[in-house]
Amino acid sequence: MSAPLVYRYDIDGENFTSAGEASVKVKKSLRQLGLSQDIIRRVSIAMYEGEINMVIHANGGCATVSVYPEKIEIVLDDKGPGIPNIDLAMQEGFSTAPERIRSLGFGAGMGLPNMKANTDEMKIETTVGVGTKITMTVNVNR
Amino acid sequence: MTVAQLQKELDLKILSMPLPEKEVSSGYTGDLLSFVMGTAQEGDAWVTIMSNLNIVAVATLTDVACVILAAGVTPDAGVIEKALEKEVNILSSPLSAYELCAMIAGQLS
Repeated sequence: MSAPLVYRYDIDGENFTSAGEASVKVKKSLRQLGLSQDIIRRVSIAMYEGEINMVIHANGGCATVSVYPEKIEIVLDDKGPGIPNIDLAMQEGFSTAPERIRSLGFGAGMGLPNMKANTDEMKIETTVGVGTKITMTVNVNR
Repeated sequence: MTVAQLQKELDLKILSMPLPEKEVSSGYTGDLLSFVMGTAQEGDAWVTIMSNLNIVAVATLTDVACVILAAGVTPDAGVIEKALEKEVNILSSPLSAYELCAMIAGQLS
């Protein structure tokens, strides 16, 4: 496997209104690399949802996007509260987002399901009180 | 049809229109941003009453043709500047989301 092209972003947990900046940058970079519209869209959506989750729940974190010839890997790492019940969190409509966030149009309980739906693989490693690491892979079919 | 044509036909107010020639292929309405993220399609005219800065990111990531703020909603501070920076078309109308969608459907049929 050749060395991937790696993009790394710090997600600012304080600034909800700028949430999505990293995803927009990733999208632009992937476009410059000439990846297909569908792949770019899936990576962007998955990453945006992850980014929003880190801002809402974990006071920010770090996103790393690695572009390999055959796949794109997105790793989202935070030091947030962790997810006590992953099965529940994966259910569409389940959300623990506060009212303030819901009034902005988030907290519909679609974040994790959207991430799973748009990626080929998704792994969640989480420890309550320590943090969460989500690794998502989108295969590139050439 | 293009965003500029839709804007003219529906008498929409231009808040930002950096890409007037962008093609409108369908319509979409919704305010839950995650839901919009997951289901809006490229080329949609997205009708919403959500007015915060995050609509710009959602529009950018979904590649919708334009955002149409319904029911006379005005964008929050900074939205238009951000939209121009990210090249997102944002229009507005006093009409309801329902009326706007019906009119968009009429234009596209």
